[in-house]
Amino acid sequence: MTALTDTLQGERVDHHRPWPRLVLTRDAWHKVASEIAAGHASLLGLWADTGAVRTVHMAILDDSTTDIAVVSLECPDGTFPSVGALHPPAIRFERAIHSLFGLEPAGAPDARPWLDLGFWDVQYPLGARAPAPAARPVYEFLPVEGESLHQIPVGPVHAGIIEPGHFRFTAGGETIVRLEQRLGYVHKGIESLMAGATIETAAKLAARTSGDSTVAYGIAFAHAVEAALDIDVPLRARYLRALMAELERLANHFGDIGAICNDASFSIMHAHCAILRELVLRVADACFGHRLMMDRVIPGGVACDLGAGGANLIRGTLADARRQFARLIELYDNTASLQDRMAGTGIVQADLARQFAAPGYVGRASGRNFDARKTPGYPPYDRLDFSVPVLTAGDVNARVWVRIREVEQSMALIGQILDRLPDGPTAIPLAGDSGEGLGLAEGFRGDVLIWVRLDGLRVARCHLRDPSWLQWPLLETAIEGNIVADFPLCNKSFNCSYSGHDL
Amino acid sequence: MRQTLFESLTRGPLTEAPPPPDAAALAELAANVERSARRRLGRSLAIREIDAGSCNGCELEIHALNNAFYDLERFGLRFVASPRHADVLLVTGPVTRNMRQALERTYNATPDPKWVVAVGDCAADGGIFCGSYGVVGGVGAVVPVDLHIKGCPPSPVKLLQGLLALLEGGATTGPA
Repeated sequence: MTALTDTLQGERVDHHRPWPRLVLTRDAWHKVASEIAAGHASLLGLWADTGAVRTVHMAILDDSTTDIAVVSLECPDGTFPSVGALHPPAIRFERAIHSLFGLEPAGAPDARPWLDLGFWDVQYPLGARAPAPAARPVYEFLPVEGESLHQIPVGPVHAGIIEPGHFRFTAGGETIVRLEQRLGYVHKGIESLMAGATIETAAKLAARTSGDSTVAYGIAFAHAVEAALDIDVPLRARYLRALMAELERLANHFGDIGAICNDASFSIMHAHCAILRELVLRVADACFGHRLMMDRVIPGGVACDLGAGGANLIRGTLADARRQFARLIELYDNTASLQDRMAGTGIVQADLARQFAAPGYVGRASGRNFDARKTPGYPPYDRLDFSVPVLTAGDVNARVWVRIREVEQSMALIGQILDRLPDGPTAIPLAGDSGEGLGLAEGFRGDVLIWVRLDGLRVARCHLRDPSWLQWPLLETAIEGNIVADFPLCNKSFNCSYSGHDL
Repeated sequence: MRQTLFESLTRGPLTEAPPPPDAAALAELAANVERSARRRLGRSLAIREIDAGSCNGCELEIHALNNAFYDLERFGLRFVASPRHADVLLVTGPVTRNMRQALERTYNATPDPKWVVAVGDCAADGGIFCGSYGVVGGVGAVVPVDLHIKGCPPSPVKLLQGLLALLEGGATTGPA
């Protein structure tokens, strides 16, 4: 079978690395959209750029060959054929493109704004920057028809210590018949702040896009910049990045496994998992000088090194954590009342997980075998031995089990990294010409995708796609038919990022 | 489960000794908050956390205050679900334009007397997100702030020091 990326007709762009970028005709763009809709390729991201010509870009993954490519369409008239008309996962991307850039997806099924909630002074802030209309337009939620239905609006301010977002539930009695999300409350305009920033400042912004994934964002941004400049970083830096990434994964998985159980009122798991999370954060602080390891991954390498005692400290902590975690898994698995809440709740259908290219444990609990550490893969994971746990049940329980198995894999990975950590420098200075780069990194939540266009050593345009973009819509599908009281459980089992999505 | 519970009974607690209240926080509070207001609130405070635009980093560390090491509730400080039950609003993030109205409404829903604690570097002045079309600025640009706890994000110990200053400050500072 010929790879999709080989059959694409288009003009190949120079200086786009490591994967090709092709400028397509409108017809070819439409054809790629059809191929994605037919399931021959996955949509990894869809974003716009202003430059000499306004352009939309789409990152695609050929599922059969695992090739990646970026395809582009220039939109001199400000429109492009809607991908969302054929492939629903593109709809929110296109709504965001319209709200931020003013580019019109022709034939799009949903023309409502996204991220723009009507509070900005400007319209199309990344595009034409027109003054915002004087009156705030009314946002229409999707109509729901039926007898005896009632609506429950929740948020943006929620009851717990969590990020803001609006959920509009429609329920028949206790059963949810529709959830519609409205997001964008924590939109900070990160991509506009990136434009024109130095690589150093842009890296700090990337590291603060979603605080729980700061290492993953650091790595994805570094991958993109290093690809654009065509430089290779020292192997020791690669290993230290992976070490921090796995510590970040452990901390988040520990915290979330406990928090999911807490949403089923099983607080003993929460208390013990929170201890494990804290132990990991303390080790991170002791070894790298920051509990969340913010700003430790930089383009060119890492901004820290592992001291003499660090490796032993990590080994000792993980040995304790492994012992304690084994007991907690047993507790999770043997508590019938807890299993009653977890099993069969919030099911994500496998075909939807595939259609949305669902990142992370959301996809892997519904049969999608994808992990950016394996595909396309990046050093040092190509030299390390680990497996990607995949389950098919698609419920809250499956998502928890995928994360339990990932904890075990991360612990084994950290052992290998410490055993094999090579000597050498931890960073190289940045140098090179302007270029474009695409970076992927597997965070705890899933693959973070970052695209940059550099102008010398400054960022001309940077797009950051959090895995949550492709997970939030699936939460709407997973909750359908469940009871309102199970929403926190389902939501926590996804733990999508608001800030990463809202940008 | 029995074994885990039993061990928890016999093993010593993980909870650590509290840090001293932060001196800078005490000084800021003395300047901002009337002593009578503190006396009325007493030593038990209900806290409502509001993310007004943060990257979620501050939330993670605020969460950590509830773990066994820091055990915030031993000081009489507890997180509540509604602003109507709150004495203290703990606000994070640069305030985004999209969250401004929600923050104002939450502030107005909190009964007087109340304190506002701005958590994190972004909450102080907008931090790295200053100058964006999507950001108003620090928390102080939208609601009056009584205390700032800096850091990116502030560690749980820093957060504890600031919050303890809220409790201790009433007894040790201010005019007689």
